[in-house]
Amino acid sequence: MESSSPVVRVRDLHKSYGSFEALGGISFDIRAGETFALLGPNGAGKSTVIEILEGYRDRSSGEVSVLGTDPQRGGLDWKARLGIVLQSTGESGTVTVTEQLSHFAGLYPNPRGVAEVIAAVGLEEKAKTRISKLSGGQRRRVDVALGIIGRPELLFLDEPTTGFDPEARHQFWDLVRRLKAEGTTILLTTHYLDEAAQLGDRAGVISGGRLIDIGAIGEIGGAEARVPRVRWRDKPGVVREVRTDRPGQVVAELVAATGGEPADLEVIRPSLEDVYLGLVRGTADGIRGKADAGEEADYRDTAGGKAAAGEATVTEVRS
Amino acid sequence: MSDTGTAGVRRPVDGMRMRRPGLLRLGASRVAYETRVYFRSPDSVFFTFLFPFIMLGIFTAAFGARGNIGTAPDGTGGISVGAYYLPGMLAAGMLLSGVQNLAVDIAGEKGDGTLKRLGGTPLSPLSYFIGKIGMVLVTGTIQAALLMLVARFVLGIDLPTDPDTWLTFAWVSLFGVITCAFLGIALSALPRSGKSATAVVIPIVLILQFISGVYLQFYLLPEWMQNLASLFPLKWMAQGMRAVFLPESFSSLEQSGSFDLPLVALNLGIWLLVGLVLSRVTFRWIRKDA
Repeated sequence: MESSSPVVRVRDLHKSYGSFEALGGISFDIRAGETFALLGPNGAGKSTVIEILEGYRDRSSGEVSVLGTDPQRGGLDWKARLGIVLQSTGESGTVTVTEQLSHFAGLYPNPRGVAEVIAAVGLEEKAKTRISKLSGGQRRRVDVALGIIGRPELLFLDEPTTGFDPEARHQFWDLVRRLKAEGTTILLTTHYLDEAAQLGDRAGVISGGRLIDIGAIGEIGGAEARVPRVRWRDKPGVVREVRTDRPGQVVAELVAATGGEPADLEVIRPSLEDVYLGLVRGTADGIRGKADAGEEADYRDTAGGKAAAGEATVTEVRS
Repeated sequence: MSDTGTAGVRRPVDGMRMRRPGLLRLGASRVAYETRVYFRSPDSVFFTFLFPFIMLGIFTAAFGARGNIGTAPDGTGGISVGAYYLPGMLAAGMLLSGVQNLAVDIAGEKGDGTLKRLGGTPLSPLSYFIGKIGMVLVTGTIQAALLMLVARFVLGIDLPTDPDTWLTFAWVSLFGVITCAFLGIALSALPRSGKSATAVVIPIVLILQFISGVYLQFYLLPEWMQNLASLFPLKWMAQGMRAVFLPESFSSLEQSGSFDLPLVALNLGIWLLVGLVLSRVTFRWIRKDA
């Protein structure tokens, strides 16, 4: 048993639009202070999940509790504890950044300071500019600012960094880390897997309305999907690749065998993006993915053997 | 189970929560915000705030040379074209500030995500309504005051001096503006998208102005059109305004031979109720599962 009840609790969540089943039974928890990344391809059902949690959509069946309340019955006191950054907005924005934030701050019982929030999203120089005059990325920062102005306990970030330049994205990551440090629970959806890896504690992957995997960011996809690869170019110029749990040993044996520095040597650890793509394609391809993975696994078991024994599993990547 | 990464994270301190701002305070804050946005939107300023001024100017310029309206055979009792159209324009101003402005405005907010965003905040729909109605009251009052100033000092029209008449003006315009505001909120449910809002709303408002004695002299309309107009609130607003600004002798031009102020109050009251109920029933922050 956990010592505290989860901030978000979802059990067997179903959602249908007519005969189309958008969500086919999803269950997960988000604990207090945790940053949970919800990943999945377009149309997988991420936004449906998040909008059900925010109270914007009604579920077809299943149990949902957000901050101890059923979102379908969430009142104003409940909403005061949430921060919502929606996926897209197209408001005309005839008010300035400061005016907009001051107004929204006034809706909450215990808001953050307007100047503090404007600084946190890096819009100090645009504070007196009308929102309609801002660039797309700057407007997105206003959305984020409006999401955190009410000092939320639970923050929903639905693809928050779309349209950000790399510097703004890193600034945003720092901001999210500060929010985390203050104890804010965060539900994040994003198509940038590096962002999920940077910010998330745990992740769930949704595909076709089902949760196909869930776990700590560093463990999702299972150990199998995280086996590193050693890649080099052999004498005739063919690129070779080996999947192995012991890349150091492979490299050592490789050096011993070739008697010199292997050309274009790389040890590649699968990024979250690789793992994610493997997961999403895996569900598309059915069981095939797992069968393939099994065949390539030789090197780990023959760890003590000679390099020659392993050569059978070396795959030719490209020539 | 161990998922130690999140253990020991500080929970938000519940005891620190302060009270949410009250319904009325947020309503007042919305009025200020909405009014600011209104005057920064060129469309709303032109088509709902300035339109009655433009129409009054056009009517005066077009028909002013034809002489006075309502002159008795003995040559007395007539008033200038501008003086005759002033009450109609004041009524039209209320209709535009309320119905047209809010119906287009709210349909637009529905379409561009403003309402969805507000729906995710602890703002009560009631405070939102107060904001919209307050905005219409503020802009409608400024509009009426400016129209009368223009009438008095540009067109040289005599305004009433009797305090009782101004009292009538006060309740007719207050009643009219609030009724129109609710009807505007209700009508905003009709357009399928923000973009189609003007196409849906403007014809309705325009037809009402033609049949209700705003652009055309009401006593010249055929009886069936007068009866049709009597089903809608604009006719009664215009009639109430005529009672304020036209000489008593003009009451004989009304359908019943009198300005019928109690009937004006009754009809506006009914429409206020209709608007209130429709607004309450049709308004949603977002269309769920649309």
